[in-house]
Amino acid sequence: MPKRVLLGLLLACGLAAPALAQEPKTGGVINAVIQPEPPGLMLALVQNGPTQMVSGNIFEGLLRYSPKLEPQPELAESWSVSADAKTYTFKLRKGVTWHDGKPFTAADVLFSIEMLKQTHARARTNLAQVDKVEAPDDYTVVFTLKQPFGPFLGIFEVGSMPMVPKHLYEGTDWKTNPYNNAPVGTGPFMFKEWQKGSFIRLVKNPNYYEKGKPYLDEIYWQIIPDAAARSVAYETGKVDVLPGGSVENFDVPRLSKLKDTCVTGAGWEFFSPLAWLWLNNRQGPLADKRVRQAVMYAIDRDFAKDVIWNGLGKVATGPSASTIKYYTDDVKKYPYDPAKAKALLKEAGYKGEKIRLLPLAYGETWQRWGEAVKQNLQDVGMNIETIATDVAGGNQKIGDWDYDIAFTYLYQYGDPALGVGRNYISSNIAKGQVFNNVEGYSNPEIDKLFADGAVATPDSKRKEIYEKAQKILVEDVPVAWMLELQFPTITRCKVKNLITTAIGVNDGFKDAWLDK
Amino acid sequence: MKQFWSSMLKSPSGVIGLIILLLAVGIALFGPMLFPNSPWRMVQRPFLPPFTLSTVPLGTDALGRDVFAGMIFGARVSLLVGLVSTLVALVVGIPIGAMAGYFGGRVDDALMRFTEFFQTIPSFALAIVLVAILQPSIYSIVASIALVSWPPVARLVRGEVLSLRTREYVQAAIVTGQSNSWIILREILPNALSPVIVLASLMVATAILLESSLSFLGLGDPNLISWGYMVGAGRTVIRQAWWITVFPGVAILISVLGLNLIGEGLNDALNPRLSREGR
Repeated sequence: MPKRVLLGLLLACGLAAPALAQEPKTGGVINAVIQPEPPGLMLALVQNGPTQMVSGNIFEGLLRYSPKLEPQPELAESWSVSADAKTYTFKLRKGVTWHDGKPFTAADVLFSIEMLKQTHARARTNLAQVDKVEAPDDYTVVFTLKQPFGPFLGIFEVGSMPMVPKHLYEGTDWKTNPYNNAPVGTGPFMFKEWQKGSFIRLVKNPNYYEKGKPYLDEIYWQIIPDAAARSVAYETGKVDVLPGGSVENFDVPRLSKLKDTCVTGAGWEFFSPLAWLWLNNRQGPLADKRVRQAVMYAIDRDFAKDVIWNGLGKVATGPSASTIKYYTDDVKKYPYDPAKAKALLKEAGYKGEKIRLLPLAYGETWQRWGEAVKQNLQDVGMNIETIATDVAGGNQKIGDWDYDIAFTYLYQYGDPALGVGRNYISSNIAKGQVFNNVEGYSNPEIDKLFADGAVATPDSKRKEIYEKAQKILVEDVPVAWMLELQFPTITRCKVKNLITTAIGVNDGFKDAWLDK
Repeated sequence: MKQFWSSMLKSPSGVIGLIILLLAVGIALFGPMLFPNSPWRMVQRPFLPPFTLSTVPLGTDALGRDVFAGMIFGARVSLLVGLVSTLVALVVGIPIGAMAGYFGGRVDDALMRFTEFFQTIPSFALAIVLVAILQPSIYSIVASIALVSWPPVARLVRGEVLSLRTREYVQAAIVTGQSNSWIILREILPNALSPVIVLASLMVATAILLESSLSFLGLGDPNLISWGYMVGAGRTVIRQAWWITVFPGVAILISVLGLNLIGEGLNDALNPRLSREGR
């Protein structure tokens, strides 16, 4: 894995090391697993994980993101920001055509934005700060913002803002447009056929604007509903690529040991799923900061990483994943220290009150993790009772604040303003909903920092604000951060360069090639 | 009583069953005192094969927990669930069956239709639904197992009472003006008990299997370790680590077998016509 990560990083930074660089070979067919079968492939209308994974290779966004989340040119060749940080000017690439041969122009960009505002919830939120979008000529697009918005350059990823062909969608009923079933994009691969329940077939776009790319002739996305059968399909050679999450965690070590198999945790930097325990700050023992800190000291997070997640992932240091902007590890540290946890509990006057723990009902791995955390907490003298529940029941309990400790994991979307603040600001306390500030943490200083951080300029100022926010949060422990999750992608080693960007397989086939 | 023990001890299956049950009860009662390690504690590296370390003789599971400790503590849960749910089923089933058989007529009709209502639903499906609705805990598991296992008791007791009710000593008791409850409790039930005892021993076995199946499906009490839970948790890694599932599976097999053997022995001992020598 380290070798592949390194390779990806080096290529992304344009520093191809001679020892690792190989001349890509053209040709070949790849079989990859897609799990579950996507409900549709029109990325502007459907944004499920599997849809993004398949269609991210058919459609394109204005920008692409390196594993360090630096914007890179895709359909936009270059961009500039005005001095007041309110005007963003994108120069579009010339000579780009849709799969049906029509040219891609600024008119398509304007149309896509209008369409996405109606069909794509996250795009709508991301575009909320945009005052107007204009196209002075066919290859220039100008965004004018209501106020400076720091994370603006982070919203152009293909799944967040895919470009849609205006000539095929304008004036039609978007939901019933026949091209939803045979999507037309600008990407390196063209949609060919979809045998429902069996496979989705993409073929090479011969007129792709980057000469020589893509290298592969065809991609077959195999649809295999049973997890064990997916593992077997890899073992028997039916498929070559198992994207993150397509096999059970406990199968990963076995499959990794197979001959000619490469495993990597890279390719999730944009999403950066961060797992934590919601701690109910409102009531009971956990209302005391010292008890919450004790929870952090009591849990052996290295064990969780090494044993439950098979060594993939990273122990979280705070509210931001290390892959997203303005992350700092210069915060209070919480190593595994049961003695300190016990001392803190004693100091807080904890007397064995019952604490309810809600594991996440996402299967095996999460159930085991719940058991391990319970044992850790019991070892320092906390009286933990596990509440068994299903996904819906768990969400309801968390949304109704009827819990003490609950497992979760959330995406971070690259910028603290997009993915982090929402969990800690007091304006985001809304009973009945999950994935907001359900822990009930309320700190005016944090509210102000996140409000300022979103619109502050320049970057160094944002950095300062967010680093301060991280320090305060880590001291207060509103939730107990566990791990930065990595979902391992398993491939045959002959599949090269599949994961080079922050969204991995989702747009990875552009650069991938087969070493035959 | 003496005769009962002598005929019980003459039946080899009864003796083997008794030995197994005594062993299991002994482990359940005293095992946790001898091996105080919590079965949830992570004591060694995960997936340690059995017979490699004397401290964890049966190896460790996916989190490095002691499989042997799990077996010991699991015995407690499995037996407890088996015994308590059977007791509850008897407490519900015997009065209903006795009343239906003794009073007859409309009371009988009403009680038996009520019983059939439970009998028409597949018992395991009903148990799953009940546990899922009530949220898995040791109480909901015992309650749901008891709820699906009392109807056979009621039907059996009713049949026995129906036949005993026409006996002369019962008729005599009625004529002498004894109260109904006195007649049922003192005259009829003691004579109807032997088939119930046999049934009960088999019900304990069934209840252990039911609890294991529920735990296997992830509907066990998340705070208690049980054999079924261990099998369920280890199932997914059976290709890497057979011992996690095999040992608790064998424990379930042996204890259920033991209870069935006891049932057979009891049947021989309590049924004089069958237990006569030379049959």
